[in-house]
Amino acid sequence: MKRLFASFLILIGLMGMASAGEIKSSLAPVVPKAAGEAHPEGNEFMRINHMKLMVHDRDDTVLLGDRNVKYSLKECVACHAVMGPDARPVSVKSDQHFCRTCHEFAAVKIDCFQCHNSLPDADLVKKLTMLPQKDRELAAYLKEVTE
Amino acid sequence: MKLPALNTAIKDLSEVDRREFFKAGGAVATVALTSGVTLMAFGGEASAKADAGKRWGLLIDVNKCKSDCNACVTACSDENGWEDTGNPETDAQWIRKVDLTHKQTGREVSLPMMCQHCEDAPCIDVCPTGASFKRADGIVLVDKHACIGCRYCMMACPFKARSFVHEPIENQKTHAPRGNGTVESCTLCVHRVDKGGQPACVEACGKTGNGAMMFGDLNDPASEIAVALKQYSSIGLRDDLRLNPGVRYNNL
Repeated sequence: MKRLFASFLILIGLMGMASAGEIKSSLAPVVPKAAGEAHPEGNEFMRINHMKLMVHDRDDTVLLGDRNVKYSLKECVACHAVMGPDARPVSVKSDQHFCRTCHEFAAVKIDCFQCHNSLPDADLVKKLTMLPQKDRELAAYLKEVTE
Repeated sequence: MKLPALNTAIKDLSEVDRREFFKAGGAVATVALTSGVTLMAFGGEASAKADAGKRWGLLIDVNKCKSDCNACVTACSDENGWEDTGNPETDAQWIRKVDLTHKQTGREVSLPMMCQHCEDAPCIDVCPTGASFKRADGIVLVDKHACIGCRYCMMACPFKARSFVHEPIENQKTHAPRGNGTVESCTLCVHRVDKGGQPACVEACGKTGNGAMMFGDLNDPASEIAVALKQYSSIGLRDDLRLNPGVRYNNL
């Protein structure tokens, strides 16, 4: 019994260390960076709640016809598109796909892409491959300075 | 409409029981909703949601529809990303051309058939999950998130306007998600309508010069479609079923 209690204490201690020093599993996914601006709610919030936000807004869109929702799968897919070796976004068939990286680690199966396209719209891809606003400003500034 | 008064007695949420809390929440929601309606009534910013004051519909002039023209069907196919595979039993049935011959007079007509967006739609009556539904503006849709693919609606529809997706689909249009195991039908190009546009079939029909299809708000007496409906005789298909379809036909 004493031994059991001791091992229990050690376990608690280990857990405490893990949370303090953020020791991650070597299997933890490397989450690809998105093209747009970060969510104001923070990444931790989005990781835990994205499905609730998306379900809420999808019902608003489908049932009520509200097209100005904040969280739409279309925009998730576009902003979080991961470019493949051919500089084109990869579909959910590739294990590089943004949704797959985490969902495979968490072993949560998603049905979204049975109906929805996992690739962004062509015009959105064009926008994504363009330089972000700040980078363009920087490039213009550098050009000005070097001339 | 009498507005429920806000419960000003609520001071501390911890003192309020669950029932009172939800009652108060309901009151706030009603006020917010009503202010939105008032805004609209004074011609303010248009509501982003489907407008309950509208009823979208089509008027199809059969005399102008040419038997050899398929523009509306191809436009729908391109817009919504479905295609015929040559198996009419399982192919998508968003829209199709139907040729009719009057048995006695021999008069031949051609017309496009699609979801008739009924006011009292049988597909909605029979749906066990509530996936078949009618939007506030009269467009009948399938919520594929709730569809279990039982196909009761396909049986109930007198127009054979719905079809079942039998095989996995890839590379759908982002504005028209469709997938294996769900029922689908004409959406009246709801993604275009929400942006103030008109359905792809109507646009394509206009481009061919035939101009057999007209889209508009049946509830607005000043709209082109309402004026035409008032002026000329038209019928809804299977009017004997009293479904009051949103799609009406001239000269049939």
